[in-house]
Amino acid sequence: MTHAERAADFLLDEPRTNWHDESLWHVRSKRDTSIQGIPEWESLRQLGSDIKDNVLSNLDTYLESFEAKATANGVIVHWARDAAEHNRIVHSILARHGVDRIVKSKSMLTEECHLNAYLEEQGIEVIDTDLGERIIQLRHEPPSHIVMPAIHLKKEEIGQLFHEQLGTDKGASDPQYLTEAARQHLREKFLAAKAGITGVNFAVAETGGIVVCTNEGNADMGVHLAPVQIHCMGIEKVIPRAEHLGVFTRLLARSATGQPVTIYTSHHHKPKPGGEMHVVIVDNGRTKQLGREDFRNSLKCIRCGACMNTCPIYRRSGGHSYDHTIPGPIGSILSPGIDLKKHGDLAFASTLCGSCSDVCPVKIDIHEQLYKWRQIVSEEGHLAPSKRVPLLGAGAVLSRGGLYNFMGKAARTALKLVPRGMVYNRFNPWGESRELPEVPAESFKEWYARTHNESA
Amino acid sequence: MVRPYPQRIRVSSKAAILQSIRANKPGPRALPQLPPDPLAGADGAPVQWELTFRETLAASKTTFLERERLADYVRNFDGTTIVSTIPGIAGNLDPSAIDDPLQLAGVDLAVLRAQFGVAENGAMWVSETEAVHRVLPFITQHLILVLDRTALVGTMHVAYRRIDIATTGFGVFIAGPSKTADIEQSLVIGAHGPRSLIVCLE
Repeated sequence: MTHAERAADFLLDEPRTNWHDESLWHVRSKRDTSIQGIPEWESLRQLGSDIKDNVLSNLDTYLESFEAKATANGVIVHWARDAAEHNRIVHSILARHGVDRIVKSKSMLTEECHLNAYLEEQGIEVIDTDLGERIIQLRHEPPSHIVMPAIHLKKEEIGQLFHEQLGTDKGASDPQYLTEAARQHLREKFLAAKAGITGVNFAVAETGGIVVCTNEGNADMGVHLAPVQIHCMGIEKVIPRAEHLGVFTRLLARSATGQPVTIYTSHHHKPKPGGEMHVVIVDNGRTKQLGREDFRNSLKCIRCGACMNTCPIYRRSGGHSYDHTIPGPIGSILSPGIDLKKHGDLAFASTLCGSCSDVCPVKIDIHEQLYKWRQIVSEEGHLAPSKRVPLLGAGAVLSRGGLYNFMGKAARTALKLVPRGMVYNRFNPWGESRELPEVPAESFKEWYARTHNESA
Repeated sequence: MVRPYPQRIRVSSKAAILQSIRANKPGPRALPQLPPDPLAGADGAPVQWELTFRETLAASKTTFLERERLADYVRNFDGTTIVSTIPGIAGNLDPSAIDDPLQLAGVDLAVLRAQFGVAENGAMWVSETEAVHRVLPFITQHLILVLDRTALVGTMHVAYRRIDIATTGFGVFIAGPSKTADIEQSLVIGAHGPRSLIVCLE
């Protein structure tokens, strides 16, 4: 199935689509309000972008510095070339300590590596502890948004889910009540877990520490209670110095949800007394993306989700329609590099309006990359016939002036005469939900020639 | 008790990743200079910072308590287990006498010191020295943070210049009570951590 087909399914329920659209636009609006309080916002974005550019050009030395400092702090650093190696490393740490139950806070990297499924196959209970993540875990679904994983669900659906799985009252859907039930349920899991896993927002090359940002406090509950803590990070998460956290913490939460900062910004440098701290550094295709000049900027992403909240396509198609760990505009420029045949159509899940690039806190040229991916998809022969054939026709007409004039005239005449069914039919998916404008009497060229000849 | 992790596997993947980075990374890009703090030297800044600090924290559902009322508040607190590291504020559980952080599961109220606060976002720095146990500011049902009102800075830029994050094994900026909006974007206070946060400026 293509993105367009999955989006079509999503759009079948119009009130729900509108609700989804408005929920995300509300978050985008909160972001706008929040940044209005920061007069230097644009220069802050530029700083964020410039620091990340520097990171990409020094990624090897920064990672080496990070490892050296972390090791000196008593942290055990691991390197994984791909998802499989990452999963094996995490499992080997757990196996070494005989851990059979873990708690995990949000990590898009472990989603990307399908860590949960891997550990469960090895007989380890994995509990996602972010409320949104726990909800979708109980539903056996992937997240539909990187910051708000359950943004696609109504409270009544979550109420029903909790009634079935956590024993809450039937029909209860009050968010306060449901959150309290999840709190009680997860507190037991926190107290019983033998290891805690988190993602990483930032890793500091200068100090060898990692920073994790949450609102719920779930990452901290997990890693501080369990004797073993594991932090999984992509190679691109490293930043040069602690002072750069000032830039990124100011950008991240405001862009994500409009908050001035996440409730908790946790800095981990050493294992707790008697505990063990691990960091797993993962490539999994990132160095390949680093080598693509047109697309390496996608590695600057700090995972705020602002591009999703603003995207007219994401808001009206839902995160699951992207069929990729990271949905939305940023996902659409990351995923074709992983599997062009499978995800190439995501380059077309955009109006190219550029709103994503405008809100991006590190100024990634997202919409320009989408446009470039389209060209690659076409060159590699992955365009669907419904796009390829009309584009061939359009190319032939648009490159020949005389043919263009003739076709324009012919269309203006034909569209007035032919029955509706000849224009709006199954060969014209564009017309399924759109109307052509009223046919003008003459073309702009004809109008210009007529009116300007007279005045000359 | 625990055998060391095998070195061989780690080194070879590390070498492969670093080699791939070197083969693929772009040309040099200079690290930008961070500009001076936008709020540094502003007229009447410290006064303004306290106002901004209070407003920002109030927006994240944090309340304020006068320092002189703190002892009364804690004495009359409706809860059985209280931890306090503030001199003159009595608790009934000594956190330094505890080995296993799981023993803190029953804490109803923790009264701890924060090193300093950040005006622009209400964040307060608590290192493991102030927390005694890393989990304490998270596992307690309610949290009170006490900080010096002269220990406020304007922005996160100044905050990170003020501290050396590597001098502590763990440190956290706390900017409100634990919260979530994962159910239909409805704000709920008390997700996993404290159900309330009270700040005392002294």
